[in-house]
Amino acid sequence: MVGLTIVVVHLILAFTAPLIAPYSPTHIEPSVRLEGPSADHLFGTDSFGRDNLSRVLYGGRVALLVSFTAAVVAVTWGGLLGILLGYLGGRVDEVVMRVIDGLLAIPSLLLIMLVILALGSGFSVLVLTLGYGYGLTVVRIARGATLAIVARDFITAARARGERSRTIVLRELMPNVLDVLLVEFAMRSSWMLLAIASLSFLGFGISPPTPDWGRMVFENSELLAIAPWGTVFPVIAISSMVIGINLASDALSKAMGLERTQEAPL
Amino acid sequence: MLALIVRRLLLSVVTLTIVAVVVFATTELLPGDWATAYFGREATPQRLERLRAELGLDRPATERFASWFGRALRGDLGSSLARKEPVLGLIASRLEKTFLLGGVAGLVSIPLALALGIIAGLTRGRRADVAISTISLIGMSLPEFVVGTVLIFVLSITLQIFPALTVVRADTSFVDFLPNIVLPAATLTIVWVAYILRMVRTTMIDVLASEYVEMATLKGIPRARVVLRHALPNALLPTINAIALMLAALLGGVVVIETVFNYPGVGLLLVTAIRNRDVPLIQGIAITIAVMYVTINLVADLLTTSLDPRLRSLRG
Repeated sequence: MVGLTIVVVHLILAFTAPLIAPYSPTHIEPSVRLEGPSADHLFGTDSFGRDNLSRVLYGGRVALLVSFTAAVVAVTWGGLLGILLGYLGGRVDEVVMRVIDGLLAIPSLLLIMLVILALGSGFSVLVLTLGYGYGLTVVRIARGATLAIVARDFITAARARGERSRTIVLRELMPNVLDVLLVEFAMRSSWMLLAIASLSFLGFGISPPTPDWGRMVFENSELLAIAPWGTVFPVIAISSMVIGINLASDALSKAMGLERTQEAPL
Repeated sequence: MLALIVRRLLLSVVTLTIVAVVVFATTELLPGDWATAYFGREATPQRLERLRAELGLDRPATERFASWFGRALRGDLGSSLARKEPVLGLIASRLEKTFLLGGVAGLVSIPLALALGIIAGLTRGRRADVAISTISLIGMSLPEFVVGTVLIFVLSITLQIFPALTVVRADTSFVDFLPNIVLPAATLTIVWVAYILRMVRTTMIDVLASEYVEMATLKGIPRARVVLRHALPNALLPTINAIALMLAALLGGVVVIETVFNYPGVGLLLVTAIRNRDVPLIQGIAITIAVMYVTINLVADLLTTSLDPRLRSLRG
């Protein structure tokens, strides 16, 4: 519940940012550079005199949208392919899994950075590259979950009834691995958010002047000694968001009786 | 056992070939080539043509891939375009620094995570477990650059104990270099402990719920002995594999941490190579990381197989 509350508050703040932000997040006011928190600027200002509070409010919007969309992409293709492989088994399964294992050996951060360098960091590029990278492990997990079900009687019965493969995959297998996929979705959203923040920090994510938490930390961390508030607030924003998602996905997997070991991100 | 090793080695070669193809294809996506990047505004068609011919960039992609992969298999990764040095040497000297960082972090984080994970697993649901699990959840939720930035703020700006950024000169000796490791290694340790301890905790809970542990308890064996002799060895097995996978997967975090602290490891080299579009260097690092990933997995697999005789018949 705590987790869900944090996530909901973040979502509301992100949605209503244009209404509640006191200034434009990109408005430059040279007379108030690097000011500390005050009544005018609750979170202070950055080296361009932009209002930190407004930038923090706006800073999560793109990242949240990208990570949720990319998590949907990852779980959809990874889940479907994984279920299909678990159902088909045999040669196809063997060959595709070898390829997936191979692709997993490429550090996804490297691949994502290369693709962003080549095609820019537009919304669709970010969603597709992250969706691809994080989908690879979903394939393994969905396949594993399917293998546990595929030998059960109701699948044999469906086969005996002469149901088409498509029906079996979508109507019989899918609903039964949906709980696993849902938990994967929640976990992947939080990793995605971490990944986007890290990419922005490295200068490969959402491009300026669009405000972004990771980018804000990068820009302000050089001034940590004289103006720590520029770093502190985006740090609190990212951390509380990810903690919220993680708590919520923990609660979700417990509620579904899937207390699993957590894998590593990126 | 020998057949298993041979089979796994062959599969590793297949994996590495796939990696090589994908990485090569992705670098082909990059707009422009090294020749245009090198000359910039001073590019003339003649100059471009001459440099491309010199570097072999005018040949078709498949041909270039074949010759690159062929040489890579013999251990020749070509020369860095930006630094005019052999890629292999560059990577080797940087990898040494990254290993040092990872080694220090591993030595601290693995025992620490095991201890905390076991305690949390044993006290499941009680105060100690809740405290440890909460800390682990927070640790997992903080991006590496946030942990690093906070450490810099507290330990090098406020308290001024450790250097914030790594400054290495040619004459910096090994001992003088050591203080530079503390903050990046601490960052890495915090992230690794958070992940590994969570995994150890879950495995520990699973094992403690098993019938043989119950049996041992019913036989009246003291609790400490049940935990250390009956539960722990069985909880460690899946952990070895998972730690290996995790270490390999967390290489991405090393890239970020090395950038935060300007630590001269292979991660920082990769970021610079990508920014410079230094294609041979990018390909070289990708292949090196993939080789490490495959090796770590192979070793972990063989380790668990040799520790658990049951797996031999399953996997052979």
